[in-house]
Amino acid sequence: MQFDSFSDFLAMGGYGFYIWLAYGLTYGLLVGLAGYCFWELKAFHQNFRQKLARAQRVKQYQETEHP
Amino acid sequence: MVMTFLRRELVLLARQKADWLNPLLFFIIVLTLFPLGVGPEPNQLRIMAPGIVWIAALLSVLLAAERLFRDDYRNGVIEQLVASRQGVMAFVLAKTAANWLSTGLPLVLLSPVVAMLLGVDKAAFIAMMLTLLLGTPMLSILSVLGAALTMSADKGGILLALLIVPLYIPLLIFASAAIEAAGMGLSYSGQLAILVAMLLLALALVPLAVASALRINVS
Amino acid sequence: MFKWLHPLAKPETLYRFCGHLFPWLMLSALTILLVGNVWGLVFAPQDYQQFDTVRIMYIHVPSALLSMSTYTMMAIAAFIALVWQVKVAQWSVLAIAPIGAVFTAISLLTGMAWGKPMWGTWWEWDARLTSQLILLFLYLGVIALYGAFSDRQTGGKVASLLAVIGVVNVPIIHFSVEWWHTLHQGASIMKFDTPSVHPSMLWPLLISLLGFYLLMLALVCLRLRTAILEHEQHRPWVRATLGGH
Repeated sequence: MQFDSFSDFLAMGGYGFYIWLAYGLTYGLLVGLAGYCFWELKAFHQNFRQKLARAQRVKQYQETEHP
Repeated sequence: MVMTFLRRELVLLARQKADWLNPLLFFIIVLTLFPLGVGPEPNQLRIMAPGIVWIAALLSVLLAAERLFRDDYRNGVIEQLVASRQGVMAFVLAKTAANWLSTGLPLVLLSPVVAMLLGVDKAAFIAMMLTLLLGTPMLSILSVLGAALTMSADKGGILLALLIVPLYIPLLIFASAAIEAAGMGLSYSGQLAILVAMLLLALALVPLAVASALRINVS
Repeated sequence: MFKWLHPLAKPETLYRFCGHLFPWLMLSALTILLVGNVWGLVFAPQDYQQFDTVRIMYIHVPSALLSMSTYTMMAIAAFIALVWQVKVAQWSVLAIAPIGAVFTAISLLTGMAWGKPMWGTWWEWDARLTSQLILLFLYLGVIALYGAFSDRQTGGKVASLLAVIGVVNVPIIHFSVEWWHTLHQGASIMKFDTPSVHPSMLWPLLISLLGFYLLMLALVCLRLRTAILEHEQHRPWVRATLGGH
């Protein structure tokens, strides 16, 4: 352990701002990227299900109205 | 083969004067904007002049790049070339040469006048001419590459600049380093050697990439 | 030699393979990243010259290395796509590009945050920084070029071509600190004979690097799965997998 106390850890020997800025930006971007990747997959699933349901409805409609 | 294509390109350029005159006019207009923008202080202008000339040259070559393959693509010339399975490479080389002759070379010839207007001193002037002479062919090669990549794109235009300007950056860095060294009375043969090396490397590899980009774009 | 790779060229097989791989990659990436970064932030010693700012190294160096190896990976995929016309290689180029762009942006931003206290400036136009910035533009160029074509296949091919051309920049970035002696310091962990980093700092660095690597692979898996689904959505197997009727 390199630091005596938690506030010591936060201060980082006077360079706290730069270090926490770097780590904050890094993890902010990484979380954003991961979130975007997950969102893409989820959006595709949703879109795909809607398309399938729509195709199903069109099929049913055609079968009932025009025998 | 190359000469036939080159003659064709030059005849086309002679007919469509706007294609190569507009970038030249643009070059001069950008240059006149700088003294108005940063103030007509002679000492300041003298220091900044080579860089200004380089940036103006870069922008005007970029302006000329957009129309490089447009007409040939729309007329179906490129499709014919690719379908006939010959001459694509010669066509690319002729295109590059014609582009340099119509935009690069006039810029090099114009720059002494411009340097005079901006009051560049002698050492920096020679360095500027040498770097322009070595750098403008490279600008032409890269803009041919960019034009070939975006040839059949629906939203070309600004995309071409986005692709090509980053590739211009190393060129600009070494050219301005050479001019800066010349201005301080130092030797700048190292920077010139790197410019030559980049030019030769690009001349060897880029036409291959351009030819395959043309093939992809019409397939 | 590469026979075992051949089944993976089939989109359906690759989709399942990535699906199996993804949870393990993500889990191990997060664990290892946590270990590496906490070690670097809390337990690693401070540098006698750079004091505590050296702790930025544990994200700066991995992300910078990753930005280059991701680009190389993308260029290899692009080359395969252009030469052998493998569909999934084509899709993976576009799957990799945004991930590489984010890693490049991270390396630039952390470098800026490290440069301010150590060099006294956020940005310096030296060779390493400039070539890294060009790498970011290349990633963005690949993405933008793909988006500019209404025909997705042509767009993908042209973007792949740009990715292959841009690979010239990778050795330039790597050797820029040796060719031009400017502000940026030389390589520290790529010299295996005499590593210039003390083991107490090297270990957390290597662990963080591994964590970043696994995270990149996990995200590539995830995006590749999405890309495969999107391109193959009219095939029966997608319908069967996603619980169609």
